[in-house]
Amino acid sequence: MKQYVIIGNGVAATGCIEGIRRVDKEGAITVVSEENHEVYCRPLISYYLEKKTDLERMRYRDEAFYERMGCQVLYGKKAVSINKEKKEALLDDGSVLPYTSLCLATGSSPFLPSFEGLDTVPEKYSFLTLDDALALEKAISETSRVLIIGAGLIGLKCAEGICKRAASVTVCDLADRVLSSILDDDAAAIVQRHLEANGLSFLLGDSVARFDKKTAQMNSGAIVDFDVLVLAIGVRANIALAKDAGGEVGRGIRIDSHMQTTLSDIYAAGDCAEGMDISSGEMKVLAILPNAVLQGYTAGQNMAGKNVTFEKGIPMNSIGFFGLHIMTAGTYEGEVYEEKTEDSLKRIYTKDDLLKGFMLIGLEERAGILTSMIREKTPLSSVNYEIMKKVATTAAFPADIRRKKFGGVV
Amino acid sequence: MKRVYVNEEWCLGCHLCEYNCAFANSHLPDMALALKGKPIYPRIHVEEGERISYAVSCRHCEDPLCVKSCIAGALSKDGEVIEVDQDKCVGCLTCVLVCPYGALAPNENGVMQKCELCLENAGGQPACVIGCPNKAIVYEERGAVE
Repeated sequence: MKQYVIIGNGVAATGCIEGIRRVDKEGAITVVSEENHEVYCRPLISYYLEKKTDLERMRYRDEAFYERMGCQVLYGKKAVSINKEKKEALLDDGSVLPYTSLCLATGSSPFLPSFEGLDTVPEKYSFLTLDDALALEKAISETSRVLIIGAGLIGLKCAEGICKRAASVTVCDLADRVLSSILDDDAAAIVQRHLEANGLSFLLGDSVARFDKKTAQMNSGAIVDFDVLVLAIGVRANIALAKDAGGEVGRGIRIDSHMQTTLSDIYAAGDCAEGMDISSGEMKVLAILPNAVLQGYTAGQNMAGKNVTFEKGIPMNSIGFFGLHIMTAGTYEGEVYEEKTEDSLKRIYTKDDLLKGFMLIGLEERAGILTSMIREKTPLSSVNYEIMKKVATTAAFPADIRRKKFGGVV
Repeated sequence: MKRVYVNEEWCLGCHLCEYNCAFANSHLPDMALALKGKPIYPRIHVEEGERISYAVSCRHCEDPLCVKSCIAGALSKDGEVIEVDQDKCVGCLTCVLVCPYGALAPNENGVMQKCELCLENAGGQPACVIGCPNKAIVYEERGAVE
């Protein structure tokens, strides 16, 4: 009987469990979970603070999931090393888990730069886990002035989640625009206006020079008084286990199209892994939930002896703030098609007869058709792009391809 | 499994399927009461190109990208039908971002809804199929959709 070990208990681990069980109903699965929670929807922690969901509805799988899957979950345990020769994982309580195949689904950790005086700040939080959200919830009240460092996806979702539960929320970022990893200046300006209209304040192109208890002295000279500090500067993939075992790492654990690391019988999936972004042709940490699940599912099946690949990874995000939806996908390179109004923006990027990427603000209808063109590398010349760029529609595909897609008679 | 298919040569582009869908899912006894004077949010929509039209609804894919992508664990496929748990959905629209058919759209409250083949609301046959005046929309077995 095979022994499967999964390090981590997020959605990549869930995908892995389901992948294994698709192939092997018998083998033993052990999950090492540092967090003392069953798998939950991590991107929903801001919705929890916003009271748009609750702990019960945040479950990613039902209560009987692990039992049904025949999994043993070791809660509150941390893997400290992997002995690839003996094929064993060593845990922090000294126990040893032998494995036939192992999946690293270790996720990421908040990146914390060394600010002068940070240790004098009484109330400071990260925003990556459910426990972070629960701690932040306890710390804030209607009189709290909150300072968030980082205007990326995590910082801004946190800001939206708490803004009605706090007196004020100020977000600062070293970048001169919000969501700098996915938006350009024009797009970011639309989003920032919308966020400001909903009560958030910004200090952009600025960073903290030093903290003194509940005061931040900014590099610009501005002084920000706050009660609660949230550090949402960024995350780093948890790569140490693979690196220490001699596996190849970049910003994440290097994986191939089978989700295998450079170490035999060791796979990786999710935010800890660095795989191929087919829209740019570069190796990237694609730290988004869909890729984590798909990578985990692929890894699991391969661990159980199948031979399947996942070769359609691209960066993509669908994120809303106070009713304004932002969708982005792929890589922004090549020729640009643009439609712009006061409060909406469409930019589609094409190069080498391919749709490479897009940015949509307030124009989300049927965006998946464009996403599929990136993922499937559909030649632009095979569709009516003049129609497609204006309205995402399957009617822009040639009749025979469209009918095949929809399973109809050709 | 049985799915809703559209023979596009026969589609008249009349949009009746959209009204029948919205009515079937309104759980109201009277069509005028359900739809008159209101914007409708059907789970099927008619696409129109040059000299063609056809209705699109969920394909209930074998390996659905929307289910794998749902950040709220709200979409699931336990049997043959992809279903949405509206209580869990937070309206992030990631499923809209990934559905290659453009088959998904939220309801009037920004919560996802989708074609569940009228299995719960009309007893057996999808309302879009029953009401199609030219029998362009059919509900039948044709094998796998990718």
